[in-house]
Amino acid sequence: MKLHLKVWRQAGPQDAGRFENHTVEGVTPDMSFLEMLDVLNNKLLAQGKPTIAFDHDCREGICGSCSMMINGRAHGPTRGTTCQTYMRNFTDGQTVVIEPWRARAFPVMCDLVVDRSAFDRIQQAGGYVSVNTGGAPDGNCLPVPKDNAEKAMDAAQCIGCGACVAACKNASAMLFVAAKVSHLGLLPQGQPERSRRVLAMVAKMDEEGFGNCTNQYECEAVCPKAISADFIARMNRDQIGSTLIPAE
Amino acid sequence: MQLESRAPTGPLAEKWDRCKMEMKLVNPANKRKYHVLVVGTGLAGGSCAASLAELGYNVSVFCYQDSPRRAHSIAAQGGINAAKNYRNDGDSVERLFLDTIKGGDYRSREANVYRLAQVSRNIIDQCVAQGVPFAREYGGQLDNRSFGGAQVSRTFYCRGQTGQQLLLGAYSSLNRQIAQGRVKSHPRHEMLDLVMVNGVARGIIVRDMVTGQIERHSGDAVVLATGGYGPVFYLSTNAKGCNVTATFRAYRRGALFANPCFTQIHPTCIPVTGDYQSKLTLMSESLRNDGRIWVPKTPADKRRPDAIPEGERDYFLERKYPSYGNLAPRDISSRAAKEACDAGLGVGDGGRGVYLDFADAIRRLGEPTIRERYGNLFEMYEHITGENPYKVPMRIYPAVHYCMGGLWVDYRLMSNIPGLFVLGEANFSDHGANRLGASALMQGLADGYFVAPYTITDYLAGVKPGAGTDLPEFAEAEAKVGGIMKRLQDARGKTSAQVFHRELGKMVWDECGMARSRASLEKLLRAIPDIRERFWKDVSVPATAGGMNQGLEYAGRVADLIDFAEVLATDALTREESCGAHFREEYQTEDGEAARNDAEYSFVSAWQNGGEGNAPVLHREHLKYEFVKPSVRSYK
Repeated sequence: MKLHLKVWRQAGPQDAGRFENHTVEGVTPDMSFLEMLDVLNNKLLAQGKPTIAFDHDCREGICGSCSMMINGRAHGPTRGTTCQTYMRNFTDGQTVVIEPWRARAFPVMCDLVVDRSAFDRIQQAGGYVSVNTGGAPDGNCLPVPKDNAEKAMDAAQCIGCGACVAACKNASAMLFVAAKVSHLGLLPQGQPERSRRVLAMVAKMDEEGFGNCTNQYECEAVCPKAISADFIARMNRDQIGSTLIPAE
Repeated sequence: MQLESRAPTGPLAEKWDRCKMEMKLVNPANKRKYHVLVVGTGLAGGSCAASLAELGYNVSVFCYQDSPRRAHSIAAQGGINAAKNYRNDGDSVERLFLDTIKGGDYRSREANVYRLAQVSRNIIDQCVAQGVPFAREYGGQLDNRSFGGAQVSRTFYCRGQTGQQLLLGAYSSLNRQIAQGRVKSHPRHEMLDLVMVNGVARGIIVRDMVTGQIERHSGDAVVLATGGYGPVFYLSTNAKGCNVTATFRAYRRGALFANPCFTQIHPTCIPVTGDYQSKLTLMSESLRNDGRIWVPKTPADKRRPDAIPEGERDYFLERKYPSYGNLAPRDISSRAAKEACDAGLGVGDGGRGVYLDFADAIRRLGEPTIRERYGNLFEMYEHITGENPYKVPMRIYPAVHYCMGGLWVDYRLMSNIPGLFVLGEANFSDHGANRLGASALMQGLADGYFVAPYTITDYLAGVKPGAGTDLPEFAEAEAKVGGIMKRLQDARGKTSAQVFHRELGKMVWDECGMARSRASLEKLLRAIPDIRERFWKDVSVPATAGGMNQGLEYAGRVADLIDFAEVLATDALTREESCGAHFREEYQTEDGEAARNDAEYSFVSAWQNGGEGNAPVLHREHLKYEFVKPSVRSYK
């Protein structure tokens, strides 16, 4: 297969950035999207040109590093991360546009690499159970109904890639924050700090410059882990409840 | 050099308690005067940094990823072992200890392994308290699954994402400390050298991967939790960023590298498809609970798997190891798959694959149960291969997965350099010559939550806090790091570092992979200097306008992997026996099993840097078995 790429190039945060055209030949269906970019980068290197910077690490869909907007869709045409997007989903001669995540809260650092540290700061605001190492009671002291544990896990499997933000026209981080809030909110361990947590995390999300939710569900559609937008409703309920009746 | 394990004397079950009583404490008001540097934020580094900060120390953490949450522990799938005996199936601390030491083929320290089994129980409690969503039974109690190398069910899990959930637990504790100002996080920073002052670890040199600036950081102790060296094989299940640089540069500064030849090849990975391939993907060992491994009985059988009748299939693990069957330990299962493929029975293009078949389990339990247990793994497989494993058996082949070897540490997890602690996969301590499934997560968290906070405190109690970076040793290390990077950039060659990396990896895999021999290792040792010479002449490092230069980072890591491969091959050559994952073709029994040689090789090989151009120097820590009698490891 031969593909025509339009790739976003930006030397640094202050650079204006532009699209650059490249053609990649010899693409095979079993290649991953990132392996296709490896091939291009090796070609650029051989020509003495700067290679394309992009975030990637585990290449098995779990670390959440990779983050590309491919033909206007976060992580590309199939459900899953960029690294788990395979070239069998593209056709010979196709033009592919590759951009970084676009959001004010995710400034571009270089080419396709963006700064997602806002996600870390939201979690630092309250995404934890305040428990020190040592002295925890036996794990079976606290029964957790199976359905709650499963639902908490549905939320907890968020990989923090930021596709939800990139896909949202408001660059909202509601799905990400809702997943974090719901994971702990569904478990008995998370109850003592439930109100404080949701209020602090939502306030931090707003402060970081993410937009609000207007119920388009683009986030759910691109989430590699198929996290349900129902969690956003749950978070809103938690937040309203916590505002009206402070628990602590 | 005399290697002192510092393991306490006395009964096995009392050693850790005795050690804790012997160790010194630091008064709470004095703790805040100390500063600890933690490199790596996976399970070991993340849990250690959070726990130290909770105690009141100042901590700086460093990781090359853009967030501590992305360390490669996140990719561990199957589960974490703990001797809880919730199943009432006869598990105990002693049983977990025995399974682990036997699984390691009697090449680990008794005292360390026993402590690991003891604290395994606390780990589960700690993680539950943090809100890790472990799988539950309908009654609300914690669920367990079975894993290779054990006949009890002691593995706790979160679907197929256990590593992710445990790491997010440690990361949440770390976040809490960052918010409280006791931990300073430095993501996108890579450690490039260890700084020693008067023979003691006193700091590190890092590169800010965004600005390209070289920074000095000083601390009263340095913790390396930087993972293994799997990428020396190029293709592995490790993340692309994983590398040996932090531990190898500590080795260059005098830290001993122990047992590098013990590298684990995981039996259940997706087979290689082409040259462009950048990594291999693991399918959790937990799949072997319900999947049956087989190959056709006739070589080059091109029929569809469902067209091959039962009688013409060889379920080779069940046949060779009836008591453990498909749950035989990793080294044994991997070698059996290799033998089947070497005999021409392999399946798929290229014939390097065996079937992992769920048809029986689906018939027995129904598709919904299988989906609940392994849904995400099946999806991942389908994504990569385009085949639906509910309908067609998976094709799997062994791949490099984990490194049992690592920097040498004593019982207190301190290397031979005072003040340099090494945790998790980066050390060599607990798994001997082979690690059992679901034990890496256990060891990482045991080291970070329950061992290092005590032992680092003991060390700090004897150290005067506060050194600063304004010392000639920091200037020297900084200049050295700058020199390496300049040399890489000045090479101005034509070939990408990836080409050298792939060439190195293929050679290490062929000559020092699932089976090694004197001839293959000598061949490898002759080839490495040639790769090194060509690398430094012809490597091409991209020029960039800004500070970010991923090609420069990568080239530096490949340079270290080339040098490290020599230590690995030297170790494999010196160990003239077969044990665990180290299978020397010359040393096998009549039926092809590993022939261990306890009389001559019951020791830890700890390698000291011999200096530029010299071979590494071997030091031995003899293993004393006071409580277990090493026996022939049989899973038949």
